[in-house]
Amino acid sequence: MREVAVVGFAQRQMKEFDGSPTCVELLVPLFEECYEQTGWTRRDVGFWCSGSSDYLAGRSFSFVQAVDAIGVIPPVNESHVEMDLAWAMYEAWLKIQTGEVDTAVVYAFGKSSAGVLRRTLALQLEPYTMTPLWPDTVSLAGLQARAGIDAGLWDERAMAEVANRSLTDAEKNEYAVRKGGSSVEELLARPVYADPLRKHDCAPVTDGAAALVLAAGDRAREVQDRPAWIDGISHYVDPMSMGTRDLTRSPSAARAAQAVGVAGVEVAELHAPFSHQELVLRRELGLADDVVVNPSGGALTSNPMFSAGGIRIGEAARRIWSGEASRTLGHATSGPALQQNLVCTLEGRS
Amino acid sequence: MSRTLSAPVTVAFDYTRSTGPVLGRFLTGLRDGVVVGGRTSEGRVVVPPPEFDPVTHQQVTDFVEVASTGTVTSWTWVPEPVAGQPFDRPFAFALVTLEGADAPLLHALDVASPDQVSTGMQVRVRWAEERVGAITDIVCFEPVAELDDADAGAAASQPGTDPVTKVITPVALDYLYAASPEESAFYRGLAEGRILGQRCPACGKVYVPPRSACPVDGVATTEEVELSETGTVTTFCIVNVPFLGQRIKPPYVSAYVLLDGADIAVLHLILDIPADEVRMGMRVKAVWKPRDEWGTTIENISHFSPTGDPDADYDTYKHHL
Ligand SMILES: [Zn+2]
Repeated sequence: MREVAVVGFAQRQMKEFDGSPTCVELLVPLFEECYEQTGWTRRDVGFWCSGSSDYLAGRSFSFVQAVDAIGVIPPVNESHVEMDLAWAMYEAWLKIQTGEVDTAVVYAFGKSSAGVLRRTLALQLEPYTMTPLWPDTVSLAGLQARAGIDAGLWDERAMAEVANRSLTDAEKNEYAVRKGGSSVEELLARPVYADPLRKHDCAPVTDGAAALVLAAGDRAREVQDRPAWIDGISHYVDPMSMGTRDLTRSPSAARAAQAVGVAGVEVAELHAPFSHQELVLRRELGLADDVVVNPSGGALTSNPMFSAGGIRIGEAARRIWSGEASRTLGHATSGPALQQNLVCTLEGRS
Repeated sequence: MSRTLSAPVTVAFDYTRSTGPVLGRFLTGLRDGVVVGGRTSEGRVVVPPPEFDPVTHQQVTDFVEVASTGTVTSWTWVPEPVAGQPFDRPFAFALVTLEGADAPLLHALDVASPDQVSTGMQVRVRWAEERVGAITDIVCFEPVAELDDADAGAAASQPGTDPVTKVITPVALDYLYAASPEESAFYRGLAEGRILGQRCPACGKVYVPPRSACPVDGVATTEEVELSETGTVTTFCIVNVPFLGQRIKPPYVSAYVLLDGADIAVLHLILDIPADEVRMGMRVKAVWKPRDEWGTTIENISHFSPTGDPDADYDTYKHHL
């Protein structure tokens, strides 16, 4: 295995992006930040990979136009996944493992506010027996939350505790679109929305984009004093149907965590767009009680589609660069009710 | 004022899918008023039947008819339904385990308020009167208690002769589609009778309509350039084929016009000349619609018309083909 590190990270998250759904104008300054962090020009980038969805943009091949922000003379080595940034990163990591390239910039973008996000996402469901009913994302999460409450695994108070901690932590995150914790009592006094979920249990609709820079071996050491070395990366998938899996569990998250090993993790950034999902993930990943979860505020305070998972890895990497932690974890999810899960562990070496 | 111009857009299409033998069996059952599950290698009856066994990965072939009554195993309230959902008023989504099944089915539950739902409550299928072999043949679940016992039971059977092999799922998505700030400046310029482009600070190329970044250099285009309304036909095609929504009677010419001062051609119509006389290199000029018909659209320019000047030299536009 080649040693590969995360050496750059830039993000933008906002409630509503006043710009085109291809987000080209948002991507240009993101790449400038990545060049500034690394001292590279775009010609130093061996491989590009992006994550986005045409359904969010409402137009076909939207990622092709986003390539404008890269610049393509001479021609570039480029790919795309109809998935979150974290999966684009997985592809780039594999590409570096092949030895074909030493460096990569991966990016993702999405203007969730262009349509009705929770409805648009019904198109990622099983198309014969689910999509025709248009089950929206919030409803599917509500079914999951109820299953856990009925099973006695968590309650509304535990969910409110997650929300309150996230909102409090988000006060330090300039990109968070929702922030400001108060108290669990105050949150529980708010009206129930999609019973059993309150609005603060659900991630806000968020526009945005993000980019991560990867480099192998000495290329990483050249540009970062303390690179965030990728120690393990793994992803698994559970069945899509809501009936054939135990919604209170996430076997795919558990297997991904077992594959990489979570011992010694000090900070975990978990992609949990609903408060109870953080509780599911904490258990399935097997995180110790003293692990700091989502110091950025997490997806409950800002959840740009197709970037939010990768942002978790960027946030986990930043804590390595700064010396705050020596071992961190970034997690990304996709699909209904934590169907797909990717886990990436990062470490700093002295 | 917003940086961008935006307009509502609806993207709509019908997905036509073949069902295969397993989902086809399930959907045929729905059309005929019965719910069909599949037995897995572990002996569980799953509804809808999975196409492949989750453990052995073999195709599921053991089908079981289950009851149309069952138990709610989880539910959530839908206070603000979205388009296409089973109801356009608040309702519940529920997971319902039908009698005879071991795994729940997702569908809507018709109740007026969340107070009327609870995990463990008994519900049953409300069948659609006209059934076609789709999941929507089940209108929803409804509480059993509210019903007359005499009414309980299967739907009026509508056995079809042929198995269901195909489903058509209509999809319609509504967006508020925004142009980029640079494109917005272009359309606002057109509303003033001006054609605006932008120059790349790195390579100096002028793009019209302007792009948010130069695709060659990957930098934002910044400097605004007002372009001439005169240009050169770089390439063209004669449209002979009628199609839905066509506004001009064929034959007519659609051409790339390289405006003087621009490095990228715009697509527009060439009229006021017989189609077979249009040629590469021909000099043309924008013909604007009457000013009171203008909006923020390229249609403010009705078409391009020959200027009558001598044709441009090939060398002047060969790099823009
Ligand atoms: Zn340029």
